[in-house]
Amino acid sequence: MPDLGAYAFEVSLAYAGSLLALGIVIWASVARAARVRRTLDEAEKRWSNKNG
Amino acid sequence: MIHILTRDLRLAIRAGGGFGLALAFFLILVVLVPFGIGPDATLLEIVAPGILWVGALLASLLSLDRIFATDHEDGSLELLATAPLPLEVLVATKAAAHWLTTGLPLTLAAPVLGILLNLPAGGHFWLTMSLLIGTPALSMIGAFGAALTVGLKRGGLLLSLLVLPLYVPTLIFGADAVRRGIDGFGPQTPLTILAGITLGTLALLPFAGAGALRVNLR
Amino acid sequence: MSFWEYANPRRFMAVTDRVVGPSFVLAGVLITTGLIWGFFFTPDDFRQGSTVKIIYLHVPSAMMAINIWIMMLVTSLVWLIRRHHVSALAAKAAAPIGVTMTLIALFTGAVWGQPMWGTYWAWDPRLTSFLILFLFYLGYMALWAAIEDPDTAADLTSILCLVGSVFALLSRYAVNFWNQGLHQGASLSLDKEENISDVFWFPLLACIAGFILLFIALVLLRTRTEIRARRLHAITLRERSA
Repeated sequence: MPDLGAYAFEVSLAYAGSLLALGIVIWASVARAARVRRTLDEAEKRWSNKNG
Repeated sequence: MIHILTRDLRLAIRAGGGFGLALAFFLILVVLVPFGIGPDATLLEIVAPGILWVGALLASLLSLDRIFATDHEDGSLELLATAPLPLEVLVATKAAAHWLTTGLPLTLAAPVLGILLNLPAGGHFWLTMSLLIGTPALSMIGAFGAALTVGLKRGGLLLSLLVLPLYVPTLIFGADAVRRGIDGFGPQTPLTILAGITLGTLALLPFAGAGALRVNLR
Repeated sequence: MSFWEYANPRRFMAVTDRVVGPSFVLAGVLITTGLIWGFFFTPDDFRQGSTVKIIYLHVPSAMMAINIWIMMLVTSLVWLIRRHHVSALAAKAAAPIGVTMTLIALFTGAVWGQPMWGTYWAWDPRLTSFLILFLFYLGYMALWAAIEDPDTAADLTSILCLVGSVFALLSRYAVNFWNQGLHQGASLSLDKEENISDVFWFPLLACIAGFILLFIALVLLRTRTEIRARRLHAITLRERSA
């Protein structure tokens, strides 16, 4: 850990907050992608079974 | 075009048209401010230009969703759209009607309400001037926002969210003109820019508004 | 083969399928390298102390916040002119990322501002413009969320994006006129005199490249999701009518 001096709190807060925000947007995107993909696969299967 | 204008004006003035509502809202807002920040005359003097401008802006926001929504509900908007009148002119006319029923009365009322906020004597003229020049832009931007949200069931709140950021430049230059007028720093510069904004919105936004209406009536 | 081939959703899906993974990895590597390099191996500024390390998050996110809006403007124009659905969906997919970037820029700026300027927030032109940009992003996303029909939503949000861009630019000049600021000038100009020194410059460059790649990876992933969601919507409609 480098010596952050008097501003240790500010610097770590900025890093933690930003990485948290990035994490949230990445997680939300990936989670939604997986969910939509799964439901779409199910729907495609249903659809092709009925008409296939 | 004149017919639509007079029709809108008549509708607005009749009961339930919301003609007096904006004025009453403006009055109440101006009355509430001293309760919020205290009766100190020098403090009120400083904030008066900003409060009056923000008040006028919010008051003109109140009746925006009526610009197209009521016509859309009873189907007359479809009729107007199929009329030979270009949709761009319709949007501009609607904005003009909105201005005549809210912007103009607010402009006339503002100097009187300025007395309540201890607006310095030199400010009344510049307040009226800046509102006179700036409020047409508010109505035009509002008509554009109303055209965007006309098909939505609960468009009112969304409309404010869309329109308020667009009001920022008008508000900045409008309130700044009044402040400079009071301090005697040449309010002509912000007033000229304000006039530029108004003319620019009047020239361009009817097309954007008409585009949005066409999409919504599809 | 022309660029517009990618406007075909099937072709877009096929190509991006191979691109998303690697760009995520590369973005991760670049951001990790840049941040670790910046956080552990750069000296403190003689005036700002260790707070200078916030620059590795602040500058890239602020750049992306603006550039994402510009990207949305371009894709909105492409949708309005050439009616490519992928373009409209890419604009929709980009907005939440833009909001996050704006928030990060505002947040890191506030945390940096407190020790340096003695305040978390000042009505400085740059800060104010970012707040206004944030409001524009919110309005844009709210309009997308409010309209049910996807094509209508794409049209209306594109018009809003166009008009919003003009007003955002106007607000930028308006707030400049309205208040002189605390914020320093550009950190990254071609003018060597004004530029920050090399020690900070290379890790910052890595972070900027990483943020750009991360945005590309995210926007492609989200656009793919939107395309899938659109197809899912079509299938459910057909099932219901069948």
